[in-house]
Amino acid sequence: MSGGWTPWLYLAPALVVLGGLLVHPIYQLGLISFFQYTQAQVSGGEPATFEGFGNYTELFGDPQFWQVLLATVLFAVACVVSTLAVGCALAVLLTRVRAVPRLALMLAALGAWATPAVTGSTVWLFLFDPDFGPVNRVLGLGDHSWTYGRLSAFLLVLLEVVWCSFPFVMVTVYAGIRAVPTEVLEAASLDGASQWRIWRSVLAPMLRPILVVVTIQSVIWDFKVFTQIYVMTNGGGIAGQNLVLNVYAYQQAFASSQYGLGSAIGVVMLLILLAVTLVYLRLLRRQGEEL
Amino acid sequence: MNPLRARVRRPGRLAAEASALLIALVVAFPLYWMVLSAFKPAGEIESSEPRPWTLAPSLDSFRRVFGQQEFGRYFLNSLIVAGCVVIASALIAFLAATAVTRFRFRLRTTLLIMFLVAQMVPVEALTIPLFFLMRDAGQLNTLGSLILPHIAFSLPFAIWMLRGFVKAVPEALEEAAYIDGASRARFLWQILFPLVLPGLVATSVFSFISAWNDFLFAKSFIISDTSQSTLPMALLVFYKPDDPDWGGVMAASTVMTIPVLIFFVLVQRRLVSGLGGAVKD
Repeated sequence: MSGGWTPWLYLAPALVVLGGLLVHPIYQLGLISFFQYTQAQVSGGEPATFEGFGNYTELFGDPQFWQVLLATVLFAVACVVSTLAVGCALAVLLTRVRAVPRLALMLAALGAWATPAVTGSTVWLFLFDPDFGPVNRVLGLGDHSWTYGRLSAFLLVLLEVVWCSFPFVMVTVYAGIRAVPTEVLEAASLDGASQWRIWRSVLAPMLRPILVVVTIQSVIWDFKVFTQIYVMTNGGGIAGQNLVLNVYAYQQAFASSQYGLGSAIGVVMLLILLAVTLVYLRLLRRQGEEL
Repeated sequence: MNPLRARVRRPGRLAAEASALLIALVVAFPLYWMVLSAFKPAGEIESSEPRPWTLAPSLDSFRRVFGQQEFGRYFLNSLIVAGCVVIASALIAFLAATAVTRFRFRLRTTLLIMFLVAQMVPVEALTIPLFFLMRDAGQLNTLGSLILPHIAFSLPFAIWMLRGFVKAVPEALEEAAYIDGASRARFLWQILFPLVLPGLVATSVFSFISAWNDFLFAKSFIISDTSQSTLPMALLVFYKPDDPDWGGVMAASTVMTIPVLIFFVLVQRRLVSGLGGAVKD
């Protein structure tokens, strides 16, 4: 139906809100990243001076930036792979059990999903606390501190992230498997296909659109992890060893008052996620999805 | 009967069920430990021999939490923020989703792609310009500075997800309504809106969670007026990295988690079908 101005009338509130609070801030972010913008400029003591790519040259010349970027990518990849593996495996498991165990697992997963990031972070920290946590007692680790070492701190955050994000994957993939016609699976198992073979050759291709969606969503979420790192490693770990881009940008801007530099980091993040989005759009196109 | 299940022989199924139950226990354990620790008396929380039960449950930790200056106020602030975000974004997204699914107009596809791209924008990266925006608008230290950005950030996903629900309402129904003399506004609010409501509920879970859990905006925009603070900030009062008050942290965490749990359990079925719809669409 073509309604003349009606669709634009319906769209107006959304466009106003998005324009003012999303598009405009993105433009501002780009702008600030080209200026020398510190506490003096914020308080109005000095005028902001245009620096061109000054913030970017400073950023790219700083070895810590590259180290943080590498850590961010590796951490996000580890989170995405573990979340997808756990989520898909449990979705398949859900289809193979009767109602009671299924309900139990579903409820537990919903609980983890619903847990706010801040509380999830503090609870996991407490579980792994060197003095009072049950994990070290059970594993007999004494007062081993999980947040002291760089890798073990990242591992602890990873466990929390997987715990609170696998339910989305599990529930979505499970709903997808349930939508696959039963005849297809019957035919496959009559032909003597193994469980793994059924998953790889029948389910995975049919679930491809769903798998693409959950993968991209996980990439986007895990690349932007902020709360967990901030709370669990107390703002980026000892000497910033557990910084990821998001927390790094925040620390540069709000802790060190280097707003221009922080914005430049924000722009880098924006560009990386934009690249991911373009890949996603191409995948959707190739599937012939109609928007 | 699900063929995946029919194929599995008895011992295999029992093993699968046993592992499902075991995994459910592991997944639920952190939440159990949180609630348990919230009820433990002080001596048992900070003990080097933690036990998975308590024989002397106590409300001391909760008393400390609610006795903290204005905790009730923080709870109310969080509710106000989440409530405003849920209602406003649901209404705005409903209108926008109707526009992009039930009308054909130029730029429609472009807009849809823009909504998709907007979902990917790292909200956290925009904290800096938003901070200046809120400062210039005199909104720092107000709940508005938390509500407005969250509406904006939950809209793209809400519109994207609602599309499927709006599309599912048959065109014939719309034509019949117009033939019966209904105006466009009447069709929109009295016919389409109630039909899409289940989808709106599913969608609102996501905006509720993002607003309720928000930590970054509250930390950055509520800088001096603590009476405008929200729950995540109140929780961190108990969490001092060198000497955390674990009982207080666990009790505050429990208080903060329960509303989300209730909301989730209530909309659980719609959430699953909503996700299926959004994904399959």
